[in-house]
Amino acid sequence: MNFYAIKAIYLYEMSRTFRTISQSLIAPVISTILYFVVFGTAIGSKIENIEGISYGVFIVPGLVMLSVLMQSITNAAFAIYFPKFVGTINELLSAPVNTSDIILGYIGAATTKSFSIGVIILITAHIIVPINIVHPIYMILFLLLTCFAFSSFGFIIGLWAKNFEQLNLIPMLIITPLVFLGGSFYSISMLPAFWQKISMFNPVVYLISGFRWTFFNFSDFSFSISLFAIISFAILCNIIIFRMFKTGYKIRT
Amino acid sequence: MKPIISINSLYKTYKSGFKALENISLDINKGEIFALLGPNGAGKTTLISIITGITIPTSGLVKVNNFDVIKNPINTKSVIGLVPQEVAIEPFETVLSSVKFSRGLFGKPQNSDYLKKILKQLSLWDKRNTKIIELSGGMKRRVLIAKALSHEPLVLFLDEPTAGVDVELRKDMWGIIRSLKENGVTIILTTHYIEEAEDLADRVGFINNGKISLIENKKQLIEKMGKKTLSIHINNSIKNIPNNLKKYKLEISNNGATLIYNYNINHDKTGITRLLNDLSNENIILKDIKTNQSSLEDIFVDIVGK
Repeated sequence: MNFYAIKAIYLYEMSRTFRTISQSLIAPVISTILYFVVFGTAIGSKIENIEGISYGVFIVPGLVMLSVLMQSITNAAFAIYFPKFVGTINELLSAPVNTSDIILGYIGAATTKSFSIGVIILITAHIIVPINIVHPIYMILFLLLTCFAFSSFGFIIGLWAKNFEQLNLIPMLIITPLVFLGGSFYSISMLPAFWQKISMFNPVVYLISGFRWTFFNFSDFSFSISLFAIISFAILCNIIIFRMFKTGYKIRT
Repeated sequence: MKPIISINSLYKTYKSGFKALENISLDINKGEIFALLGPNGAGKTTLISIITGITIPTSGLVKVNNFDVIKNPINTKSVIGLVPQEVAIEPFETVLSSVKFSRGLFGKPQNSDYLKKILKQLSLWDKRNTKIIELSGGMKRRVLIAKALSHEPLVLFLDEPTAGVDVELRKDMWGIIRSLKENGVTIILTTHYIEEAEDLADRVGFINNGKISLIENKKQLIEKMGKKTLSIHINNSIKNIPNNLKKYKLEISNNGATLIYNYNINHDKTGITRLLNDLSNENIILKDIKTNQSSLEDIFVDIVGK
């Protein structure tokens, strides 16, 4: 464990965030407000309460998840792809660091960043629609786990990507549809039986369901299933990262 | 002297099938400046990349400070500083934060005094808060050197440090390299500027097509391989070599005003005394004489050409 290296990577990545603080924070906040205006207020006012909760409040966990997943992936992917693109990755490869140091530094920073954005969105949402969180500790824990798991996933994409197009491909092509179809804006129980079954194969459904449980104490699936899913996903991603560094796949020649 | 880097039967074949290195064996001694010379694509950067842990060798053994680069990469990497050939630095960072990052990455606690010292030495102190993207090419190279030195390495690799650098800066860099050597840093330098190796290096290795052709002490190399020429300027120009002088295989140049004699400094008898005597016997009056020694460049061209 190279403590100084972890600290150096972490602070370097965080300073990158502060350098671009406006893009980093303002963009997700504005887009969240837009979602609230469109879905919460304009469309939401025509929709009945779900399980006794107004639609505007109901969509908050889904909206936070939507932003957090995208932010985690793009931040972590960019953090490692940019050094590859500029060529500074060689400094990292020639440095006396273990894969765990790299993960703690890079993915730790990406997690911090997307977690902060999640909290800021939550505060923004709270200003628009007052929210009462039933299980705040679980909420924070689950949000942190999700940030870490998807930052790890983004890190893999950054290591794997050969060009900027590939870097954007997975977030745009896979994550966005999965999140939209994952019950961000509706409860799975509102779907016809057939689509409910299809939704079971969407991993994001479990995430949003679990996160929603921490807010409202009701969900489509048991919270333990969601917790198990996100922990498994985080472990899987990290095993892949370790393998990639060990074999040098897409990293070393 | 115990070598600080020891390379044994090293091979590297890329996935494309390209053999970048073939059977390289090489020892680098502690505290020396070793110059690795070779044309573009000879395998210089691949060799450095393997020693620094960036590239994985196909087979062979590389030890740095007695540790295996594959088995104990943390031990070997922590003593090596690398100045890469390509100017790759995060463009939006400042000089100081970039150098601090490197020091931390190599596991060293921050030391402002030391960083200040090297930034001053490299004339970068005034630019410490400037973003890299705003620096000139030469300044960026200095930043790369500062980053490599930031963690106080025992071994410093300079991969073509002066490529594309103007003459003044090049001389500055040579000064820096010499002062590093005085501080006990072992330096491995790749270059295709012969004069750089000639000026700086204690020993020289030639690499071509992935093979090391020759490793020599620079002075010995020049002496060993060094052909010398003796240019004799004469008062009255001649058209033909007199019969008595034919055994010296003289060349006539400068419209007969200069005679050129090739000899080897390492032979017991260079033949110079006899030649001068015979010239006197032929009543050829000498105006001036001059000797020329082969440079590393001549030797390099000779070896690469083979």
